[in-house]
Amino acid sequence: MALLEVENLKTRFRTDDGVVTAVDGVSFTLEKGETLGIVGESGSGKSVTCLTIMGLNDPRNTVSEGAARLDGVDLLTTDPESLRALRGMRIAMIFQDPMTSLNPVKKIGWQLEEAVLVHRDVSRKESRALAIDAMKSVRIPRAEQRIDDYPHQFSGGMRQRVMIAMALINEPDIVIADEPTTALDVTTQAQILDLMNELQREREMAIIMITHDLGVVAEVADEVIVMYGGQVAEHASVDDIFYRPRHPYTWGLLGSLPRLDLEVERLEQIPGQPPSLLNPPSGCRFHPRCTFAMDICRTEVPQLLPFGEGLHLQRCWLDDATKERESARTVAGLQQEAS
Amino acid sequence: MSTLLTVENLKMHFPITQGIVFQKQIAAVKAVDGVSFEVKSGETLGIVGESGCGKSTLARCILRLLDPTEGTIMFDDRDITHLSRAEMRPLRREMMMVFQDPYASLNPRKRVGFTVAEPLEVNGIGTPAERKRRVQELLEVVGLSPEHYNRFPHEFSGGQRQRIGVARALAVNPKLIVCDEPVSALDVSVQAQILNLLKDLQREFGLTYVVIAHDLNVVRHISDRVMVMYLGKIVELASDRELYHQPLHPYTGALMSAVPSPDPKRARGRKPIVLEGDVPNPINPPDGCRFHPRCPRMQTGVCDVDEPELIESVAGHSRACHYPLEHWPMSPEELRQPASVTPTLAST
Ligand SMILES: Nc1ncnc2c1ncn2[C@@H]1O[C@H](COP(=O)(O)OP(=O)(O)OP(=O)(O)O)[C@@H](O)[C@H]1O
Ligand SMILES: Nc1ncnc2c1ncn2[C@@H]1O[C@H](COP(=O)(O)OP(=O)(O)OP(=O)(O)O)[C@@H](O)[C@H]1O
Ligand code: SF4
Ligand SMILES: [Mg+2]
Ligand SMILES: [Mg+2]
Repeated sequence: MALLEVENLKTRFRTDDGVVTAVDGVSFTLEKGETLGIVGESGSGKSVTCLTIMGLNDPRNTVSEGAARLDGVDLLTTDPESLRALRGMRIAMIFQDPMTSLNPVKKIGWQLEEAVLVHRDVSRKESRALAIDAMKSVRIPRAEQRIDDYPHQFSGGMRQRVMIAMALINEPDIVIADEPTTALDVTTQAQILDLMNELQREREMAIIMITHDLGVVAEVADEVIVMYGGQVAEHASVDDIFYRPRHPYTWGLLGSLPRLDLEVERLEQIPGQPPSLLNPPSGCRFHPRCTFAMDICRTEVPQLLPFGEGLHLQRCWLDDATKERESARTVAGLQQEAS
Repeated sequence: MSTLLTVENLKMHFPITQGIVFQKQIAAVKAVDGVSFEVKSGETLGIVGESGCGKSTLARCILRLLDPTEGTIMFDDRDITHLSRAEMRPLRREMMMVFQDPYASLNPRKRVGFTVAEPLEVNGIGTPAERKRRVQELLEVVGLSPEHYNRFPHEFSGGQRQRIGVARALAVNPKLIVCDEPVSALDVSVQAQILNLLKDLQREFGLTYVVIAHDLNVVRHISDRVMVMYLGKIVELASDRELYHQPLHPYTGALMSAVPSPDPKRARGRKPIVLEGDVPNPINPPDGCRFHPRCPRMQTGVCDVDEPELIESVAGHSRACHYPLEHWPMSPEELRQPASVTPTLAST
């Protein structure tokens, strides 16, 4: 049995304008010690997928379906009491918005200690020591003094590191990291990724890493999910995503990368606007923006199917030969050396 | 090209106080500590640097959202360092900011259409109907749809919120836009869309940008010149081309080496220059070169004693380092051994 099994997850929000289906049938499994990268369009449901797994959506306007089983226990149907016990202890999340998830009127240290005290029977003194250690592990200087600071006294990147410390403080089995390093400079990012990697090796921690930085994905992920419009567009090993991508949206993503070693006046961008989730496009969700769209794409919904024999899943009507040709072209563009 | 913004010897020290009744200042966080530079009209200046080195603080000082401790800020040939709130008001529409934390800077109780229209309203631009049309146009320009007009900030994803901030800054056609991480939460395709948009607007309206970002690829793409900061100071300033082909400061070298590659095989083989030691303390910055405790080229007796000045060594390329990098890329050995120092000398 996999550590985490997510099956046909759906999440709907009620809004003033109608029902938004933010996540529409997402499935994947996560093994011990594995890193799953999730990339995709902004607004495609990456964060909501993870919030749903964690049971953190507002129940007043949210409906979720499907299952997310942690060691066989479905997090979606388990009682709130046991869910609270699992959350933070076995499965923890690093949130995308550090300022909203830190309480502005409580000291940083208090918030870290709370995270410990909720789950463990330790003294205030021990929890303080743990909090200081956690701050040091994410390289916050003068942790002993800064533990008594308030969030607004920290820079954006430091607040982000506090969030990472908070998620790791109870040594969970699964860490869901939502853009954990986007607020950090590349040298600090390299250190944090190393730190997570170390913990992962030591404790076989599994990581779900949501990020827009394809460089980070290439570096840390074993498998990658590419999301578009609330659905999985492609799901494959990291090498397959970067060397043999099979979905037009993935080609568009890889083609839009700005490059340190290449000077271009304009960046490639995928034409058109992101899909409405109130009224998703018929057929393939990507068809209004896809340069390859055929008649069938406008009417029939493509299923998430393996490409060839492998474990490479993709959701696109194009024939295999076209996919191989376009995939090769995208990758050749990416590998183009600096002039 | 004329100069739009001149910053001279800018310092921002946050006081640290003690005592409940009589608050006494016991020290100060030297977030920005003597920074001078110019931005030409129509130019884009990129700012990079370690988290906590003072980039956002600098940005807030430029826009006078903070009162700097020392130094001067000239905007459009006018000294704005000591202008009052009332005197600043007419200038507000000329200099806009896109904030780093999009959620914290949006009013959670206001619908997004209202938030984007606010700068128009405050400045009395257009009729309500015209404003609404303009806002819908702006939403579309940044890749949001008109259906988002009536939503509240919490109903948006991280990247969507960031785009609301960009739309709001663009609403009044300002002269200067200071963008603090404008695209960090966006997927690369929307990111490309926003970066292209910023460039188009610059060409069309002669806009001037100061862009703070951690993603060096983004900075490289959008900037004409790049400024590298470390612990409240500028350590290197050059054209984007110069900087990427020949970084001179060891900290810049470390940054370049740490950019992750979107190629799994290369990414696995990558060896970034690891900066040893702790992030230094901005209350009590190290003597000599502020980077010396973590610098792989550090030479005892020089770097820990003398503070290097920001010197223009090549035309348009300044650095503050006693032992700048001789070439790039370099091996770890070359990095550790400045050519101007003989090995025997270095070891004594
Ligand atoms: N509470 C909510 N009410 C209504 N709609 C919501 C709510 N939360 C999220 N959404 C919508 O659901 C969709 C998915 O949001 P989600 O935050 O998962 O995106 P994301 O993939 O994480 O994007 P980003 O990369 O920008 O963070 C978005 O279109 C968003 O507008
Ligand atoms: N209001 C404040 N009071 C005290 N210290 C502050 C305050 N605001 C910022 N600082 C400190 O000033 C320093 C610079 O912070 P700043 O937010 O400018 O960094 P930054 O370069 O923008 O970092 P990041 O890349 O993480 O956003 C940090 O040490 C921070 O803790
Ligand atoms: S001056 Fe010395 S310590 Fe500072 S960056 Fe240059 S070599 Fe390193
Ligand atoms: Mg998100
Ligand atoms: Mg900042």
